[in-house]
Amino acid sequence: MSNYDRSMALTGQPPKTLSRNQKIATLIGFFGLAIVLLAAFNINFTNKGLWLSISLVSITTGTIWFAWDAYSNKEPGIKNDGVWFKSISSKGFWGWIAGIALTSFYIILYFYPEYLGLVAKGDNKGVIGLFDPLSRLLSGNPASQWFVYGTFYTVAILAFGIKFIWKYRHNRYERIRTISVIFFQTGFAFIIPELMARLNGSSVLNGGSLPYYDLKNMWPLNYYNFEGYRIKGFLSSGDIGFVLLIFGVATIFIISPILTYKYGKRWYCSWVCGCGGLAETAGDSFRQLSDKTVKAWKIERWVVHSVVVFVTLMTTAVIYSYLGTDTSKYWLTKSTFLISVAVLLTVIFAWVMLFKREQFQKDAKYGAIGYMVIILALIGTHFLSGDGNVFLFKSETLRKSYSFLIGSIFSGVIGTGFYPIFGNRVWCRFGCPMAAILGFQQRLFSKFRITTNGGQCISCGNCSTYCEMGIDVRAYAQKGENIVRSSCVGCGICSAVCPRGVLKLENGPLKGRIDSNQVLLGNDVDLMSLVNQK
Amino acid sequence: MENIVIIGNGIAGVSAARHIRKLSDKRIIIVSAETDYFFSRTALMYVYMGHMKFDHIQPYENWFWEKNRIELVRAYVNTVDTEHKQLLLDGSKILKYDKLIIATGSKPNKFGWPGQDLHGVQGLYSKQDLDLLEVNAPNKEVCKRAVIVGGGLIGIELAEMLRSRDIPVTFLVRERSFWDGVLPKGESQLINEHIKEHHIDLRLSTNLKEIKADQNGKVKSIIIEETGEELACDMVGLTAGVTPNIDFLKDSGIELGKGIKVNRFLETSAKDVYAIGDCAEQHEAIGNRRPIEAVWYTGRMMGETVAQTICGNKLEYKPGHWFNSAKFLDIEYQTYGWVFSSRGKQDYEEQFHWRHPSEKICITVSFHKETNLFLGINTFGIRMRHEIFDRWLTKGRDIDYVMEHLADANFDPEFYKQYEKEIVLKFNSDFSKSIQTKKKSLKRIFQFN
Ligand SMILES: Cc1cc2nc3c(=O)[nH]c(=O)nc-3n(C[C@H](O)[C@H](O)[C@H](O)COP(=O)(O)OP(=O)(O)OC[C@H]3O[C@@H](n4cnc5c(N)ncnc54)[C@H](O)[C@@H]3O)c2cc1C
Ligand code: SF4
Ligand code: SF4
Repeated sequence: MSNYDRSMALTGQPPKTLSRNQKIATLIGFFGLAIVLLAAFNINFTNKGLWLSISLVSITTGTIWFAWDAYSNKEPGIKNDGVWFKSISSKGFWGWIAGIALTSFYIILYFYPEYLGLVAKGDNKGVIGLFDPLSRLLSGNPASQWFVYGTFYTVAILAFGIKFIWKYRHNRYERIRTISVIFFQTGFAFIIPELMARLNGSSVLNGGSLPYYDLKNMWPLNYYNFEGYRIKGFLSSGDIGFVLLIFGVATIFIISPILTYKYGKRWYCSWVCGCGGLAETAGDSFRQLSDKTVKAWKIERWVVHSVVVFVTLMTTAVIYSYLGTDTSKYWLTKSTFLISVAVLLTVIFAWVMLFKREQFQKDAKYGAIGYMVIILALIGTHFLSGDGNVFLFKSETLRKSYSFLIGSIFSGVIGTGFYPIFGNRVWCRFGCPMAAILGFQQRLFSKFRITTNGGQCISCGNCSTYCEMGIDVRAYAQKGENIVRSSCVGCGICSAVCPRGVLKLENGPLKGRIDSNQVLLGNDVDLMSLVNQK
Repeated sequence: MENIVIIGNGIAGVSAARHIRKLSDKRIIIVSAETDYFFSRTALMYVYMGHMKFDHIQPYENWFWEKNRIELVRAYVNTVDTEHKQLLLDGSKILKYDKLIIATGSKPNKFGWPGQDLHGVQGLYSKQDLDLLEVNAPNKEVCKRAVIVGGGLIGIELAEMLRSRDIPVTFLVRERSFWDGVLPKGESQLINEHIKEHHIDLRLSTNLKEIKADQNGKVKSIIIEETGEELACDMVGLTAGVTPNIDFLKDSGIELGKGIKVNRFLETSAKDVYAIGDCAEQHEAIGNRRPIEAVWYTGRMMGETVAQTICGNKLEYKPGHWFNSAKFLDIEYQTYGWVFSSRGKQDYEEQFHWRHPSEKICITVSFHKETNLFLGINTFGIRMRHEIFDRWLTKGRDIDYVMEHLADANFDPEFYKQYEKEIVLKFNSDFSKSIQTKKKSLKRIFQFN
């Protein structure tokens, strides 16, 4: 359609040759990456701390400078010119190259960390070795591949976060939201857990040692939170450990339902969560690639709800496997646990069926299926399995396959590696069990909605195109209907890009939240009531 | 089974088809020449600018039509024979109808300028115009300068499009200030400034005299009427408004004016033939509306109305309160009710204008001099809630009430700075009143007690 050149620019400007500033910025950024690359080939830097600092500072400066040059001399406003002409942001050549590069990185990270220089006994080498000084500074321990990854992750959210803030500098919702995301990533995900590790073995923890804990990361996103070794860690660490364990349970059962009720799942997915944080910042250039078809929506519902069922089964099995049978030792035994899980699920299911059936409609089928699978499995377990076996599987097998399939392949390799191909929220949309649970709450028990502004929609499609969750926002807006979708993460971009001011994310009364009526204002009142009867 | 044929797959024709399908089982055939599937004309600009691909501006997936049993025929209608109730398609095929809906939209105006049909001269209306623009102005090397003639909504969109590819643009506007036939002075002034901020060479009170060709019959330059100045350019965009696209009906016997004449039931002079959307012309204007309304919303509302009539529930076209919106480069504009330009201002109309000291934000509120009745509002850079203004207009609120509750009407995204205090402060000082603004109330907005 257009005879524009391919361009590597990530910033959403019409493709031009890079400006001089951008060339310098690119050079600086790549210099930083080159240091890491040299380390990967086992070039041994003498002053690792210094070189690491130079590298990280270069990468950050390069990215920020590049973005500054792209946006600073433009009027504030929507900056999507040329998005579909650039090969990086339209699944072109550079998009595929970037996708392949990222995917390979994830494969090495998850499965071959030794290539990054991880040494089990003795000093790390390569890239991981380069990061040792920083890790020692924070936690006192040598670096691991996860520390390297965490650092890059944080740098990416920081640098691209600043880019995003410039891009949307006219939009205060986006600015504040991005500052929040940067804050939670650097503070909660990166620095605090490292510092917490320093307490291990100290008297504050009664000599115990806490498992690595990103406080904002709740079950089922951190599906491993209730595994045996972690529970031991928590329980060995005195009052603090106990409080943290209680906090872990409270986040999913108390805190998150309250916040989701008040603000929708956006409070987590686009304000706090690290996966969301990376998607919104480094992934922003790819949001338009999400699939908007009804077919993709169908697949999404099946896949993501299957993951919820899977993670629930898996966690139950894992906890079940280390619980005892003797009530005199500890009140929570294998059977009490299973029964309470079954009761909890039944209560939720019954409540939804009794009070929210109308809004549930089609989704009811999926809910019912998921529920039945779990309940049957639970009952089956109780009668069929011996001690080692849970749900006819070994709990360890379940745990391992979950962590391989979902934890590594889905959330990392596909979820982030394929940003330039499937868009920036593939994981959040198709894979994340946390998003599915929050989404369920958002659909049924929340004040959040995207209000459609009467009859103002001109069906242009900007909202749908730039919805990273692949929601066909226009389909609702052009009918004058509010958007109440479980997958909406409240990023606010649909509202930002709408040229007619049609969409507003807001929290309001539950009544009238889902207008299935086609109320198109501006029309004849009699006609409106006629249309709405049908 | 009754055979409903619709000419034109724009918003008007498609709305009619969808609603007929909702209400009935009639056979529905849409004949259209431009594209296979319905697309959003209002979004054409975003395709050229690279915000979206053409697929994205098609509101329905391709399977939608078959699933809803709406038959699509890609063909040009040459003539309508109302006596035998049939159409001639592509000069060769005959299509019978029981009821016919004409929804053929508009075409760009050409005022007989010398050179208006040269290569490199074009309007911006259809998909074909968009494709042509990719030929005439693919980039700033091929198109070293573009001249746009006609300062309306489409003109400014075309200017924004070309600027997105860094093509220098000269914008000839006949009026003394941009769109000042519609906008009050302050607002029009604000847009003038914004156009210049975007490095568009805006020439006000300037008319086109002629377009000159090079030896290949391609545009080479234009001459300006007032100054005789010759401007070299590679592309000329003619965006001086649109007229109904009805030439093919000349010999049909259907009563035509500028558009297809319709009564309030959207019936034309021929039996079982209706006309809706841009191409329809009311015998008498409805309220303050124009007899021909070339806007998206009108097409949609007429489509819904005619569907009722065709499905046995004869219904008058009775549009509600006027509203509209547009975007001038980075500035969003919304209007509810009637606010007239200085030229069109009514005797009874009093206007209040507020503009932000530094940002490109302003509002104009119009009310009745004697009764204080609220008549309408224009906002630039502030989004407003349609439902609230619709309600206030219906309930006949006065200007004081509107000012007091202005916060309820704000529709900007969360955390945006709000300006009700400043606005009302100026209102109080302009009209020596002492209105206190009320805080936004969800209770009032959503009407629950
Ligand atoms: C660039 C642009 C931007 C716009 N922006 C806005 C906006 O922001 N807001 C707004 O309210 N309005 C806007 N408008 C106006 C709005 O798009 C029109 O009012 C609306 O599309 C008219 O719809 P319609 O269904 O009446 O006709 P159309 O959309 O014009 O559809 C008519 C169809 O019929 C076909 N046709 C015509 N004659 C024949 C024939 N003889 N045989 C077969 N097929 C035929 C045409 O090819 C065309 O496809 C804009 C218009 C343009 C061009
Ligand atoms: S619907 Fe809007 S707010 Fe929700 S995820 Fe999509 S773009 Fe973001
Ligand atoms: S971006 Fe706005 S006007 Fe365009 S389709 Fe979406 S809601 Fe409608």
